[in-house]
Amino acid sequence: MSETLTVRVNGTPVNVPAGSTVAVAVLLSTGACRTSVSGQPRAPLCGMGTCFECRVEINGRPHRRSCQVICEADMEIKAHG
Amino acid sequence: MDSVIQRNFDVAVIGAGPAGIAAAVAGAESGARVALLDDNPAPGGQIWRGGSKTSYHSQAKHWLDRLSNSSVSVLSSTSVFYARNGALEAGSDDSLWQILYGKLILATGARELFLPFPGWTLPNVVGAGGLQAIVKSGLPINGKRVVLAGTGPLLLAVAAYLSEHGANVLCICEQASFAQLRAFALTLAAFPGKLVEAAQLRFRSRRAPYIMNAWPVAAFGKDRLQSVQISDNQRCREIECDYLACGFHLVPNLELARALDCRVTNGFVEVNEFQETSQPGIYCAGEPTGIGGLELSIVEGQIGGYAAAGNFNSSKQLLATCARYKKVVNAMKRAFALRPELATLAKPDTLLCRCEDISFEDARKHASWRAAKLHSRCGMGPCQGRVCGAAAEFLFGWTIDSSRPPIFPVRCSSLAATSPPASPAQRHGGSQ
Repeated sequence: MSETLTVRVNGTPVNVPAGSTVAVAVLLSTGACRTSVSGQPRAPLCGMGTCFECRVEINGRPHRRSCQVICEADMEIKAHG
Repeated sequence: MDSVIQRNFDVAVIGAGPAGIAAAVAGAESGARVALLDDNPAPGGQIWRGGSKTSYHSQAKHWLDRLSNSSVSVLSSTSVFYARNGALEAGSDDSLWQILYGKLILATGARELFLPFPGWTLPNVVGAGGLQAIVKSGLPINGKRVVLAGTGPLLLAVAAYLSEHGANVLCICEQASFAQLRAFALTLAAFPGKLVEAAQLRFRSRRAPYIMNAWPVAAFGKDRLQSVQISDNQRCREIECDYLACGFHLVPNLELARALDCRVTNGFVEVNEFQETSQPGIYCAGEPTGIGGLELSIVEGQIGGYAAAGNFNSSKQLLATCARYKKVVNAMKRAFALRPELATLAKPDTLLCRCEDISFEDARKHASWRAAKLHSRCGMGPCQGRVCGAAAEFLFGWTIDSSRPPIFPVRCSSLAATSPPASPAQRHGGSQ
């Protein structure tokens, strides 16, 4: 994981180690993935795809579990934390 | 995206952790055409996440190599959202699959049990295995202050892993008592390899104090975690940290087994000596049959894989080893039984259901899990009760026994494209 690549989270470039999940990119930038139904910021809990707290929009597709998606160069990620 | 690819296999295995890999390899090496479906980006499950590079288990390389040298068709990043006798519907980012199978092996693994306490929804309050998974997935942890809390052998493994990746693990808070842990160590004495492994893990995490009879009471912070309050059964103290990594041992993933009407007894899938469930032709291996750890998962996977491929001779050779490792299951259950104080941490307004933001109080006033779902939407969000349902079982003694398709949230277009037959509820005329 020595190489890095750049994705954008809410428009801001973020460098992550190659092979990182989108959850890592979000934790390294906004720190939160989504806003809960009562308005709280939320971030990954389980890290393995079961809790759905880490949902973000990736390349225009909403509700992706960021902990289960590997970053690709120039990915556009929208987090609403 | 929405056309369905149909493939036919002798054996389909769901879950590519150690049990699923062992099952798939055993089936393929016995001559069966095997598919291995997994929700994660790569095979390995949680314990071997990141492959042999990030795993200390020598077995990781052995099994991952054996898998890649086998004829198994591996479908990663593929979630099974519908399962019935003879067919699975599954979706990945860009494909929809219908997998027709002769025999099915469920190796769906386990997830961490999370319990609500004030502040548990704050960003950076994360599972113990959860934080390890995210670090294995690329998160730099160097110099970060981490409090580990909860219960189970995973805490030690995570502490060792994080310490070696530069984290400042401030303490490991194990809720179990010294007496419980001593009894567990005595059982492990029958498995010298496991005892050595435990000692090595403790050595690798030696800078972090290991505190027994200790548990998290509350987490504090505004938009993210700033500190955590820990009780050691006598007094509380507050510790500033960057992450609270907290998990209360494991609960099996039973959604698919339940959807397929496999008999579940005392929270685990019932299997015969060949790992076959109450449904003929459907096998189950690994944590869903009892939380017993890596070695048991591998041997159960092999037994089920050989048996599903009709190679019973190879299965039989492993039965004695399997029976020996099964002793770990009950020992683990006793050692890491949860103390009753943990059911009293949530305040009335502490959230129980994190998807729908349903409070502890609003859930508790109902008589059952079903009533809570119907009246409050507790457990009705995207995780489908995977987090709050398991917590409610411990907190309220509710039985969580239903599992309805889709097993995983799926886009309407995918559902429409696969058009599975009527759900069990529709068949029975029920509604929920």
